[in-house]
Amino acid sequence: MSLTMTEPPTQPGIVLTEEQKRRRRGRSIAIALALGAFVVLIYVVTIVKLGPGVLNRPL
Amino acid sequence: MSLVTDRADLISPVRLDPVGVEPSMAGAGDYFELMKPRVMSLVVFTALVGLVVAPGHLHPVLGFTALLCIAVGAGAAGALNMWYDADIDAVMARTARRPVPAGRVKPREALAFGVTLAGFSVGVLGLMVSWLAAALLAFTIFFYAVVYTMWLKRSTPQNIVIGGAAGAFPPMIGWAAATGGIGIESILLFLIVFFWTPPHFWALSLYKTEEYAKAGVPMLPVVAGAAETRRQILIYALVLAPIGASPWLLGYAGWLYGVMSIASGALMVALALRLKRRPAERAAKQLFAFSIVYLFILFAVLLIEHGLNLPVKGGVA
Repeated sequence: MSLTMTEPPTQPGIVLTEEQKRRRRGRSIAIALALGAFVVLIYVVTIVKLGPGVLNRPL
Repeated sequence: MSLVTDRADLISPVRLDPVGVEPSMAGAGDYFELMKPRVMSLVVFTALVGLVVAPGHLHPVLGFTALLCIAVGAGAAGALNMWYDADIDAVMARTARRPVPAGRVKPREALAFGVTLAGFSVGVLGLMVSWLAAALLAFTIFFYAVVYTMWLKRSTPQNIVIGGAAGAFPPMIGWAAATGGIGIESILLFLIVFFWTPPHFWALSLYKTEEYAKAGVPMLPVVAGAAETRRQILIYALVLAPIGASPWLLGYAGWLYGVMSIASGALMVALALRLKRRPAERAAKQLFAFSIVYLFILFAVLLIEHGLNLPVKGGVA
């Protein structure tokens, strides 16, 4: 039998305050925007570097 | 407690790691602040000049990518600096409100942010533009975060002299991104920023001496005194003025650059001389402020000459 079974009930976990939730949302949006910008950048640079040849490369 | 935990343990990590699970209070703006945006803007500007005045042609999209990578790399170095220097920053009024000492960003968050940005900036610059430029960027981040921040800053009054190399590399990185090489002109741009750094930072440290002393940072005024600092500022200003004019003297820049670099270099020396003769906080502040203008003038004129295609001694800009 695990020792944990004899322990008192566990805490409900970390409960974020409204301010913490607001800041986490801000961070999440910033990460999403950065990732989106990164994808667009890689796409555009790939087109610029390869040009029409992007569709004509050996597999 | 057994290592094989039940589900309640997994959703309550505070029991496993009571120190590290406090919810972050960092906002997106705090992470942006970690990148030292004001330093980043100077880095981007000098890198842009290096990139634009370099011979050859780089597609605008690749040029933008190179500048973005250099900016993010500079931001990475800034974040790593703020991670390591949080103890110093907390003591100094000028830096106490930075995200890490203020408690808004945890040190490990700043470290992870800096390392991630460094990896991405160097990798993308290498893959998309130039591996030489990427190698220079990687070295610059290493030099600023490790050589300057972790070693020199806390150990020698020559910290900002040697560490100034980190701030001098961006125009060289821009040049390398455009040409794939390192030319004499890019070395001159490096030298201008390198010799500009000591009088710039020592002028600041002259009126922040008490704060640096309180934080235990061996800046020159703390270790050698204000008089010696003013003397060395003048020496560096005297060396900087001809180096500032060297792109024109060696035929890489036009008459406009020659006139502006000589005039602003002379003013820089005059302000350093006045500071030495009549020590006053106001004189130090004026020299500090003008040093920023001086560097901006030199690089802006190079940009203008190139944009207008003004003639230089050996051809056109």
